[in-house]
Amino acid sequence: MQRIGVFICWCGSNIAATVDVKKVAAAALNEPGVVFSADYQYMCSASGQGLVKDAIREKGLTGVVVCSCSPRMHEATFRKAAESCGLNPYMVEIANIREHCSWIHKDVAEGTEKAVILMRAAVAKVNLNQSLVAGKSDVVKRALVIGGGIAGIQTALDIAEAGYEVDIVEKKPTIGGKMAQLDKTFPTLDCSACILTPKMVDAAAHDKIKIYSYSEVESVSGFVGNFTAKIRKKARFVKEDLCTGCGLCTEKCPSRKTPNEFNEGMNTRSAIYIPFAQAVPKYAVIDPAACLHFKTGKCGLCERTCDAKAVDYNQKDETIERKYGAIVVATGYNVIKLDNFGEYGYTENPDVITSLELERIMNAAGPTGGALLRPSDKTHPQKIVFVQCVGSRGQRPCDKPYCSKICCMYTAKHAMLIREKYPDTEVYVFYIDVRTPGKNFEEFYRRAVEQYGVHYVKGQVGKVAENAGKLRVYGSDLLMNEQIVIDADLVVLAAAIEPDESAKKIATMLTTGIDTNNFLTEAHPKLRPVESATAGIFLSGVCQGPKDIPETVSQASAAAVKVIGLLAKDQITCNPCVARSDELLCNGCSSCEKVCPYGAITYIDKEVNDHGKREVRRIASVNEAVCQGCGACTVACPSGAMDLKGFTNKQIMAEVDAICR
Amino acid sequence: MSVEHESFKPTIVAFCCNWCSYAGADLAGSGRMQYPANVKIIKVPCSCRVNPTFVLRAFQRGADGVIMCGCHPGDCHYSTGNYYTRRRMTMLFDFLDFLGIERGRTRVEWVSAAEGARFASVMNDFVKNVTELGPNRKITDLRTKPEHKEGE
Amino acid sequence: MDLSEQAENIKRISGVDTKKCLRCGKCTASCPNYEDMEYHPHQFVYFIENGYLDRLLKSDAAFRCMTCFACVERCPRDVKPAKLIEAVRLTLVRQKDSNRLKPYDIIENLNADLPQQAIVSAMRKYTK
Repeated sequence: MQRIGVFICWCGSNIAATVDVKKVAAAALNEPGVVFSADYQYMCSASGQGLVKDAIREKGLTGVVVCSCSPRMHEATFRKAAESCGLNPYMVEIANIREHCSWIHKDVAEGTEKAVILMRAAVAKVNLNQSLVAGKSDVVKRALVIGGGIAGIQTALDIAEAGYEVDIVEKKPTIGGKMAQLDKTFPTLDCSACILTPKMVDAAAHDKIKIYSYSEVESVSGFVGNFTAKIRKKARFVKEDLCTGCGLCTEKCPSRKTPNEFNEGMNTRSAIYIPFAQAVPKYAVIDPAACLHFKTGKCGLCERTCDAKAVDYNQKDETIERKYGAIVVATGYNVIKLDNFGEYGYTENPDVITSLELERIMNAAGPTGGALLRPSDKTHPQKIVFVQCVGSRGQRPCDKPYCSKICCMYTAKHAMLIREKYPDTEVYVFYIDVRTPGKNFEEFYRRAVEQYGVHYVKGQVGKVAENAGKLRVYGSDLLMNEQIVIDADLVVLAAAIEPDESAKKIATMLTTGIDTNNFLTEAHPKLRPVESATAGIFLSGVCQGPKDIPETVSQASAAAVKVIGLLAKDQITCNPCVARSDELLCNGCSSCEKVCPYGAITYIDKEVNDHGKREVRRIASVNEAVCQGCGACTVACPSGAMDLKGFTNKQIMAEVDAICR
Repeated sequence: MSVEHESFKPTIVAFCCNWCSYAGADLAGSGRMQYPANVKIIKVPCSCRVNPTFVLRAFQRGADGVIMCGCHPGDCHYSTGNYYTRRRMTMLFDFLDFLGIERGRTRVEWVSAAEGARFASVMNDFVKNVTELGPNRKITDLRTKPEHKEGE
Repeated sequence: MDLSEQAENIKRISGVDTKKCLRCGKCTASCPNYEDMEYHPHQFVYFIENGYLDRLLKSDAAFRCMTCFACVERCPRDVKPAKLIEAVRLTLVRQKDSNRLKPYDIIENLNADLPQQAIVSAMRKYTK
């Protein structure tokens, strides 16, 4: 039997004006287990807490009920007070007789009656409370960043600067991501490579950062502070410790017909290649699908060319296992496939291109050396039509329902750059809305219109058809209320962006949430935008939602701060109010495993002693460091084996009984 | 019957999730928004912690209405808890309806931590509905209600 | 039936939710019979949504639509303007004496290249 003390706070007149506190204190003494009751003007004050502490010591209390304000306000205060004199903090419960009683009722009789009932429910609960001890687990002081784009690089740099080890896992042969492909960045028009490549170099040179390029995360197990990741290092067929990145092999390679991914397939590369001149790490990689040695077994030219003896045709994939305290997902995005947009003729006509392709065309290191030339006949286009919202903001199966956010700005950038470099070019932009929320964004867009004379047409393009070597564009001008036809030389589609296809796999691996568009979901849309719902997993960049570079970088740094905050701890205190499975009642049905949003429940084969009968059974086991204590499993459990500590079935039943009595 | 209605004060059990609705109720309190004293709140970590047996127990012990409040869909602190609640309670309420416990006595509502006024209006409305329905006589253990005994 | 009721009715029989419209004008941009129509697909959507149905009912634009469904196919929001136009047409022909095609008109227009199916569908389209 518990020895419970009940303490009723007046809260000045906040409670005492509507609740007869003396009456509640007297009523408390009639409740089972209550050995002491007291009322005081301000229970949360030092002397009020002293009253509680003294009673715990003198009366040997095993449970405390404080009838006061909301537990959200002072539960922690009273639990701390109880702990200071040796009582387990989880033996303290609060009856909320201020926000839920005195403040909302005017009648004293009514208020007092309700306060008594709330006190009764809390006493009933405390009668069944058990001491709970918060578990602790160690933190591995190393972070894993999945994805080596600008988001991943920034996160890694910030974490490393704080003195913690970081590994970047990038599936491509080089880090840099999409930003490395861009020509200029809005709204300042500074060169993308000029601001990104120093960061790439910094990351590679940092002694706390290790880059696993051409690698993928195979599986992740564990929990916050203690993840184990298996990383598969794909065979490059080039020894990283020997390759100097001189590029001689790429010049000698006879197989030169593979579309160059870095240039969006607008020119070709050799079978042994370095993605681009500023690649980090700058090692060659052999594409076995294109390499003659792998196809016919004959060539071997690169091996003979290489003075460093770095080429190794027998290299195998390698799996590395590493432990991490925190994981940041920065898997980024891709431009959607435009195969289903027949009206724009992207697949039929080489002169209908995506904005990312235009980005490469305009880049000095791109397929045309920076000259604006049509892909089909390498002539200079005189009339260019930009089409906005291609695949964004739609509801057809091929569309994305969201706004891709970056297109309005990069289109203004492209239009402006073209008009600056080639003033004889006519540029039309078909838009539905121009969205420019961001610092200096609207000014940038207005400059395109006012200073550079870009024609913005309110309306969408319905059809692009080839017509005598030109592209006939049928669009509508809604302000004129007319259908207009433009014979263009080049059509640039602002294709929607979508999360990288790896995001879904990684989300499943990490048991973190993903939305209908495959964007990873944050723990709270406003207040926890860089954390995932799973403890220890953080989000950085476009994998969480469309973002431009400044936003990505700020989110990346925010994620880094969260990681640093976690890694700075030696141990993590877990919430002790977690699920617990009664191994004798568990029938091994897996119902709880399925509803757990955190993957905290696993099934183990364990020898149990069922009233003297020893046998091995398949039973649920809760990882207390992962469980967040929502209680979904307790309801799903058909055998009643699963219970939630601190909110047990019996406790809640007792509260129900007390209220209905 | 009508006389009984006038004096009838239903017993209402409200399960509120710790993160949204309990905070919403606190906000209703700090905003001094009145709602009937019949509503007694039980704090649960998430609305999905509410086992259907708790609802049955409440009616068995003499409650006249049970309401569950959780975060708005999509806002659940535990990402998916309120979706479970929605499904489970849809089934349970169908079953209770079959048993003769009217739909008006049971409810699931989404109240965020910022919706103090909504919490109060939901409670006012719910209490009004239950009061109109009168005392619950189904699955109630009559020993828990002395006035029922007298009535018989 | 007053105009707003008629507009509701048109939305109901066509199954079109005009509120979904993004006002991008892709329907009108796609329309192959643009020149011939007094009002264009996006205007049908906008007028019905905002209470200008009378203009559509006074115009013969609905009968100029070739029902090629290009607008339905291209609409990014799945609004289906052609179905809305179809419903306007139905509303018009259902009014008293509003049949747009009389059986004796057909004979004059008959020609060897005209498939019979076209006559049948024209009867369906332009008569009650």
